[in-house]
Amino acid sequence: MRPALILIPLLALPLVLNDFWLTQVATRSLILGIMALSLSFLATYLGVVSFAQATMAGIAGYTIAYFGPNSVGIGVQLPFWISIPLALMLAVVSGGLIGLIARRSRGIYAIMITLAIGVAFFYFTRQNYTLFNGWTGFSGVRAPEIGGLSLRDPLALYLLSLGTAVLALALVSGFVRSPLGLTIQAVRDAPGRVLALGISVTTPIVAAFAFSGLLAGAGGILNVWYQERISSFSVGLGPIIDILIVAVIGGLRHPAGAFVGAVVFVLLDTFAVDLIDRERFNTLIGVVLLLIVIVAPGGLQQLASDWVARLRRPEVKEKSTV
Amino acid sequence: MTLFLIVTLNGLTLAALYFLAASGFSLIFGLMRTVNMAHGALLMLGGYVGYSIVDATGSWGLGVVGGGLAAALAGAIVQAGVLGWMQGDELRQTLASIAISIIMADLMLWHWGGLTYQVELPEALAGGQRLPVLGVGYANIRLALMAFALATGLALWFLIQRTRFGAVIRAGVDDQDMLRALGYPINRIFVLVFALGGMLAGMAGVVAASALSIAPGTDLQFLLSSLVVVIVGGMGSIGGAALGALLVGLAEQYGLAYAPTYGVVFTFAIMVLVLAVRPQGLLGKAEL
Repeated sequence: MRPALILIPLLALPLVLNDFWLTQVATRSLILGIMALSLSFLATYLGVVSFAQATMAGIAGYTIAYFGPNSVGIGVQLPFWISIPLALMLAVVSGGLIGLIARRSRGIYAIMITLAIGVAFFYFTRQNYTLFNGWTGFSGVRAPEIGGLSLRDPLALYLLSLGTAVLALALVSGFVRSPLGLTIQAVRDAPGRVLALGISVTTPIVAAFAFSGLLAGAGGILNVWYQERISSFSVGLGPIIDILIVAVIGGLRHPAGAFVGAVVFVLLDTFAVDLIDRERFNTLIGVVLLLIVIVAPGGLQQLASDWVARLRRPEVKEKSTV
Repeated sequence: MTLFLIVTLNGLTLAALYFLAASGFSLIFGLMRTVNMAHGALLMLGGYVGYSIVDATGSWGLGVVGGGLAAALAGAIVQAGVLGWMQGDELRQTLASIAISIIMADLMLWHWGGLTYQVELPEALAGGQRLPVLGVGYANIRLALMAFALATGLALWFLIQRTRFGAVIRAGVDDQDMLRALGYPINRIFVLVFALGGMLAGMAGVVAASALSIAPGTDLQFLLSSLVVVIVGGMGSIGGAALGALLVGLAEQYGLAYAPTYGVVFTFAIMVLVLAVRPQGLLGKAEL
């Protein structure tokens, strides 16, 4: 069983890693990976690169902060078993709405529109104080205790993130095989034919965006628990680009690549201080993105599978070059 | 009434700036199908360089030209050095231009720091004017900015509709392969148009830094406005850019004045409305 081969080491990871590695690298990679998965899902199966994933994640995160314990005194306290489903639901709804807005746009047009939505949301959170507490946002957001187990504990949060990541991947692979998932891929390949079959194109597109909202929302909830705060900067261009970079590094042609990209990104982010000036991290990540786009547009995942294929069948490679 | 007039004038000022920024973005998109995400960074580069030139020489005109030329050069390098190699692969170009804009913004932060700069105005443009008819006072630089945008728009229209170079650009928009087959050096034309778009952005940057101010984040502000303006007005249409800029600029200022914490929502609502009714933009041509 291939999944078990990956899962067992991941479950054993807390035994070998100290708290720094577990929290700063492993948990963070998983959370970032889940958010990037929402993007690579859309890119792979609907063929749309969306820049609004940070917005969907942010809506879930803001919901948790608004309806949970925080130290800015805004919002209403609700028990976690209401606020978590509510956050996921709002993320799904926001995803669906964004899909509705962008439904007639493909390719670069969809990029422009989702980017405009994402950046407009960023400016909105910055302007609005009644719901989003403006520039400063929410701090002191605390993960709940469920059944006596505090999710603020590094190990608990790691295991929860791991479980969510596995569940998210399983959901994606199940969803894309369902009739709706197959229709989504049909819309990607030939929207005209789908229309000719008498199937509406709008429903699959909105459904795909809503599903990506579910994934992004799950990541957003974990992220706000992990960061213990959320502000306009959590939904600004920085996180929008980070999610994109993670998905691109991992490769937009397979959803699982998001996690590969997340690990690379987090390692770079954590250890860039040793390589270059901390202040110039953006230049480094920009150069990495540029190199990936120029050298390996399929991402690391594609690069790796190309190498594996080359190692396995060297004779085929030679034949094809003749 | 005075508030309304002032807000309207502010909206027109902003519209003029947005038009200057978006026209270059739209021009590049119209010809090359390239979504140049580094457009905001080019604008900011122009603004910073313009500031430094004005600071050193004291000549505002020199600053505008210098900022424009710096951004034109940067634009030409971006197209010739990176984006030109991926012509036709739009997603890759978009991602590459994002990478370039991240790098540019970070390097500018390094060189100019996180301060807010305002370009010092020449004597003729400092101070204000009491406007006839309307009866309200208004800053000279802002009036000059509107005149500048108007002149730029007309010059652009003349260049594209009445000159040979403009005819080549229009032919390229309609049928690139045919233009190539006729022996026009399309790659060089692309670089030139990119430089022209960069020039417009750079000059807009200097003017923005004079009428308002410039700081890290200005690039994002103008990238967003350019995106919304061309989505609303229609991609690749200069008239559309003007109309879109007018709508977005006015909406933003009225929003700020009458519903301060929901200002962005107006801009956003306009975009959603246009997309729902006319996905190709108000003056855009339908694709496919």
